[in-house]
Amino acid sequence: MISKATIIRTVVLVGAVAALEVACRTGAIQPALVIAPSAMVKALAETLQSDDFGGHVQQTLSAVAIAMTLAIVGGFAIGFVLHWIPFLRRAFNPFLAAYYAIPHFAFYPLLIVIFGLGPAPLIVLATLFAMVAMIVATMAGLDRVPRVLLKTARIHRLSLMQEIWRIRLPAAAPHILSGLKLAVAYSFIGVIAGEFILSTSGIGHEIAYAYDNFDNPRMYALILFVLGIVTTFNMLVWTWERRLARRRGMAS
Amino acid sequence: MATRLASVPVAETYKVHARLDGVTRIYPPRAGHGEVHALGPLSLDLRAGEFLSVVGPSGCGKSTLLDVLAGLAVPSAGTVEFEGKRVLGEVPDGVGVVFQEDASFPWLSVEDNVAFGLRRAGMDAAETRRRVDFAVGFMGLKDFRRAYPSQLSGGMRQRVCIARTLVLQPRLILLDEPFGALDQQTRLLMGDELLRLWRETGATVLLITHALDEANLLSDRIGVMAARPGRFIDIVGTGWPRDRDSRLAERPDFGAVTARLWSYLRGESLKALQGSSPPLGGEAR
Repeated sequence: MISKATIIRTVVLVGAVAALEVACRTGAIQPALVIAPSAMVKALAETLQSDDFGGHVQQTLSAVAIAMTLAIVGGFAIGFVLHWIPFLRRAFNPFLAAYYAIPHFAFYPLLIVIFGLGPAPLIVLATLFAMVAMIVATMAGLDRVPRVLLKTARIHRLSLMQEIWRIRLPAAAPHILSGLKLAVAYSFIGVIAGEFILSTSGIGHEIAYAYDNFDNPRMYALILFVLGIVTTFNMLVWTWERRLARRRGMAS
Repeated sequence: MATRLASVPVAETYKVHARLDGVTRIYPPRAGHGEVHALGPLSLDLRAGEFLSVVGPSGCGKSTLLDVLAGLAVPSAGTVEFEGKRVLGEVPDGVGVVFQEDASFPWLSVEDNVAFGLRRAGMDAAETRRRVDFAVGFMGLKDFRRAYPSQLSGGMRQRVCIARTLVLQPRLILLDEPFGALDQQTRLLMGDELLRLWRETGATVLLITHALDEANLLSDRIGVMAARPGRFIDIVGTGWPRDRDSRLAERPDFGAVTARLWSYLRGESLKALQGSSPPLGGEAR
């Protein structure tokens, strides 16, 4: 049985794509601006077969993977330490609060000066961009562990390690997981947006390059590709989260 | 082999099971208010195998009393003993505690929740299974073994917490308003179950509650506390038979005990009500 929400979602999506297709084919939208969705798909099929494409994809995805891992592991560790040591937290709280007001990408040229050309500055940029979401989520999760569960830990005479592993982390898991989802999304944004600005390779650069050369079919093909990758990845994380939630009996 | 809930017949071994002697609990001054004298000096001999309730106005230190007795809080002065040994900042073996707040672990199924303490204590799988089976059955959770707390009502979750305490075969069970968040009908039924549990385990039970009827119905003795600093005004003996249940409330002398508790507490509760406007620890007028 398909739910009402699914039907509405599908109708809106299909309707929008169909409307764009019609608008492009009748000439209401100039091909110099947007090309028809069918043309995008065709261009994507051609782009996927071009020789240099695999290299760009590999470069972008590996940068995303490294940034994501660093952001999740580092963000968790930093969040944990800040939660545990109140004076450190008081010292750094203003930075965390103001963090996303900083236009990170403005520092990209500086990062290139420091880390040189190549993937390193991009990875650093994306990691910085993604890590704080993970730090904040980890702290929020640990802060919200109910006191009564910690009392329960004491009644069972758990050691500190047991208390962390058996009580604090599982209790904080839902928050930590939502931080993880943000870190994944921000890593993609960080890498691809960075490639846009100042890179000589990668998917982001290819999009910018196609844009500069009025190569609309290739540009839209690449945008479609990025959309597909990010959506797929999100679905994977979402499915994993759902499975965890179902294990807690909280599936909706 | 019959599964027993209590490993030691408490009443045969000890006369005084737990003892508070001159216990006070004073919280140091903090921003916004001065030193708070929460409890005592207060003394209490908890007789082995008895069911003792503690009633008192809100904020009279009932929960502090329980925390001190459980070893969750260290008294500022005085001593706490359990089975003849000093309690010093650690929950002694043989003491089980159930709180008002839901303390079930949402990430574990009912049976894993119940088995939690046994697994941490390194109990072997067969004995764990036997005890969990028994406690789950005893608390009426058989059909929910594989359910998760989020799928259960508040009353059922509280049963999970009681079962999780029960498997450890506590000789002293401390209950901090365990039914406070439940509706009246559920409370009555849970009260009956608590009595059954108390009879079958032979454990000593201390129950913190704000419901006078509940205290009356369940208890051998009822400690009535006054507020700020919390101390006992009187300890009322009920003399109810051991095999009582909620039908006791129909007896004519039942009302007399509740009335007596209320006569003690009316004045105290008024004081607590009037004294609740200044911040905690403010001087009473």
